[in-house]
Amino acid sequence: MTDAAASRPVAQKVRRPAAGQAAAGRAASPWGFSRSIGRRLTILLAGIAAVLALVSWAMVTSFARAAAERTQDGVLAASALSIAGALGSEQGNIRLELPYSAFAMLDAIGQDRVFYRVATADDTLTGYEDLEVPRLPRTAGEVVTDTIAYRGTTVRVATVTRSVLSGQVPVRIMVSVAQTRSGVDEIAAGLSRSAAALSVGFFLLATGLGWAAARNSLRPLNEIAQAVGRRGPSDLRPVQRDAPGELAPLLAALNRLMERLGASIRRSEDFITEAAHRVRTPLATVRAQAEVALHSAESEEVKATLRRMIRAVDESSRSAGQLLDHATVGFRAETLRAEDLDLAAVIRRVTDGLAPTAEMKDIAFSVSLVPAPMRGDAILLENAVRNVLDNAVKYSPAETVVTVTLERAGSAWRITIRDEGRGFGDAAVPQLVERFRRGANVEKVVGSGLGLTIADEALRAHGGTLTLSPGDNGVGACVTLTLPAA
Amino acid sequence: MCHAHPARRLIAALLLAVLPGVALAQVLEDRRVWPGTGERTIRVISTADIDVFAPFVERIAAERPDLGIDYAVASSAELHRAIAEGASYDLAISSAMDLQFQLANDGLARAHRSDATAGLPGWARWRDLLFAFTAEPAVAVISRARFAGRDRPRNRQDLIALMRTDREAFARAVGTYDVRDSGLGYLFATQEARNSDTYWRLSELMGGLDVQLYCCSAQMIDDVASGRLALAYNVLGSYAMARIARDDRLEILALQDYATVMLRTAFIPASAEDPEGAGAVLDAILRIGMRDDADALPLPPLGAVQGPEATAFGPIRLGPGLLVHLDRLNREAFLAEWSDAMLQ
Ligand SMILES: Nc1ncnc2c1ncn2[C@@H]1O[C@H](COP(=O)(O)OP(=O)(O)OP(=O)(O)O)[C@@H](O)[C@H]1O
Ligand SMILES: [Mg+2]
Repeated sequence: MTDAAASRPVAQKVRRPAAGQAAAGRAASPWGFSRSIGRRLTILLAGIAAVLALVSWAMVTSFARAAAERTQDGVLAASALSIAGALGSEQGNIRLELPYSAFAMLDAIGQDRVFYRVATADDTLTGYEDLEVPRLPRTAGEVVTDTIAYRGTTVRVATVTRSVLSGQVPVRIMVSVAQTRSGVDEIAAGLSRSAAALSVGFFLLATGLGWAAARNSLRPLNEIAQAVGRRGPSDLRPVQRDAPGELAPLLAALNRLMERLGASIRRSEDFITEAAHRVRTPLATVRAQAEVALHSAESEEVKATLRRMIRAVDESSRSAGQLLDHATVGFRAETLRAEDLDLAAVIRRVTDGLAPTAEMKDIAFSVSLVPAPMRGDAILLENAVRNVLDNAVKYSPAETVVTVTLERAGSAWRITIRDEGRGFGDAAVPQLVERFRRGANVEKVVGSGLGLTIADEALRAHGGTLTLSPGDNGVGACVTLTLPAA
Repeated sequence: MCHAHPARRLIAALLLAVLPGVALAQVLEDRRVWPGTGERTIRVISTADIDVFAPFVERIAAERPDLGIDYAVASSAELHRAIAEGASYDLAISSAMDLQFQLANDGLARAHRSDATAGLPGWARWRDLLFAFTAEPAVAVISRARFAGRDRPRNRQDLIALMRTDREAFARAVGTYDVRDSGLGYLFATQEARNSDTYWRLSELMGGLDVQLYCCSAQMIDDVASGRLALAYNVLGSYAMARIARDDRLEILALQDYATVMLRTAFIPASAEDPEGAGAVLDAILRIGMRDDADALPLPPLGAVQGPEATAFGPIRLGPGLLVHLDRLNREAFLAEWSDAMLQ
């Protein structure tokens, strides 16, 4: 009784949460986001990696562009300064010979168009007369760089000034060197492409590492789940494991729950036993008293009344017993507690138990068994066989034989119980298995109508079947119990 | 180089010919039209003589027979002026790299991109605008007759020494470009002057020998052939070699110290009316320029630069450095110095 009752809630404990979590996850998020902590963690880490990769790509791209621009500015400044350095005056005239290097160095960045202008405040000495710069350096030696639109394109222009003597007067001369920006664009684009490739690589690596990290950090959780899942159905001991700090509350809660569950199971077991006693004991007393009264009664009328009373008490007692058995079977059937057993031994226990009753009616058992190992719940199987054999004895007249056979039928064990009694008659046979259903042929035989129900439920729990059929040559009843072997 | 095949002469649909050099004021020195099978005609303006370009036309016609070619010959300065003023030519081909570069730099060239342009080495291309298809050295051509019995100078030092010791033989018998007139001559002179100070020593010496100045390579070669000149300095090598192949009075001096190598360049002007056709012709020209064998064509391929005549300085660099010598002040300064040396 204790084992039977204990088995159910434990099994629930193990199975239900998993199923419930999956269902909740499916309902909660359309992306399967909360379905698995591992996936959720991986996706989150991948998201973070993607953001970081994107940010680093953008930063490298802008740095690269800035660096390329600074390089161009430097080259333009050097060019303008070298032209300014070549300025001189000769016999009172301003003299300039553009240094070859000032232009050749502009090749450094890329193949860009080049424009230049050397001018005084009101006169262009040489170069592109329409190259106007937005501002001039305030001091000599300072270089001013600007981005301006010139001849339908964007150019970067560096400007320096230098004072040169013209006659006796110092003249301020401005030197501007401008260049288009395609070289800078190309360098920046090339670096940006490399950075993009690197970022993608970084993202993939980080995602892989994130996945591994998520798996690794979830391992203790999986280990605990497995440890609990591996437990036997009645094992309600607290889970003793080294768990990471984050899992300690969960583990503590789980252990508290199991403890409460164990207590509640023990209470209901006690209650059922208690109830059986409470019903049966007074009934036994009533029956004994009625029996005594029957012996001392003289009036036939009183005797008949007392016999009806005894019969009613028997029916009640039988009903109470069968109800308790049914409840027990229900418990145990819900989560089957399978163990190795020999079906032949189970049958032998039942025939031994019913032998006295049969003897009283001069009914002989003809038992033919083979060793039949299988996995199952012996108590359930015993209940099933007992109820069927009980019927055979109960519904057979005296001096008949009840045959019990156990044999192998393919991948199953088959128990056949035949009697030479009244048989099932015209009753709709499958309905006899229903609860509280009794046949029309029972006459005065005491019963509750639960016997076949109990047998059927016990067999079903093992994946077996119960078949009712007329006996050979239409005499008696034949009940077949089939159970899958091993 | 005016000796065109009689057969080719017949194909000519139009010939606005004037004797080259005589009519400098006129825009075109020469013109010829090769009709195509289709309606379209690509207008080409070039500094190369018709005979030099005719073999190119045959090869272009093999690729694109539908395109006719209207070929106009002009001096590099005229070509520069025409394009700068927006004349509608579909293709501009010139040996004056600096002037070509300036046009491209100033936005007068149209970008062109194709498999042929992508196949060019980096030094033979500037952006998607300007493309080189020949590498032609400047050479010294001598008259065999006037050099009879003399050792050939191996480098410019030898040449200077020779001219110094035998002034009589070289007086009024040395010719070179008049850099004031000739864009190519100016390019050769400025590049050589930048690379080596030998140039000025040579110039001073030539000036002292009463140098003869010319507008064009062809005439210099003519005069060396006739014996009027003993030596022509900085002649276009491609012209000289083509001429020597059929004239044994001429010889090229193998000066081993250095050589100035010019790249003949082409671009599609922004004002082109048929840029697609121009692109096709340009691609065909570039493919000819990238041929492996320096075969019978009068203009040597780009690959000649990597050949045995490879030079100390490599070809003149296509880049903003070319703008320096075009600068008005620089040009004035250079011409002043050049005149001082040459016209003593
Ligand atoms: N061996 C049999 N021979 C004839 N009828 C039978 C036999 N076994 C069962 N029955 C019929 O099937 C009915 C249902 O049987 P079941 O064992 O479920 O109830 P019961 O025997 O009446 O009551 P109990 O719960 O006390 O066993 C019986 O009432 C009887 O009519
Ligand atoms: Mg029964």
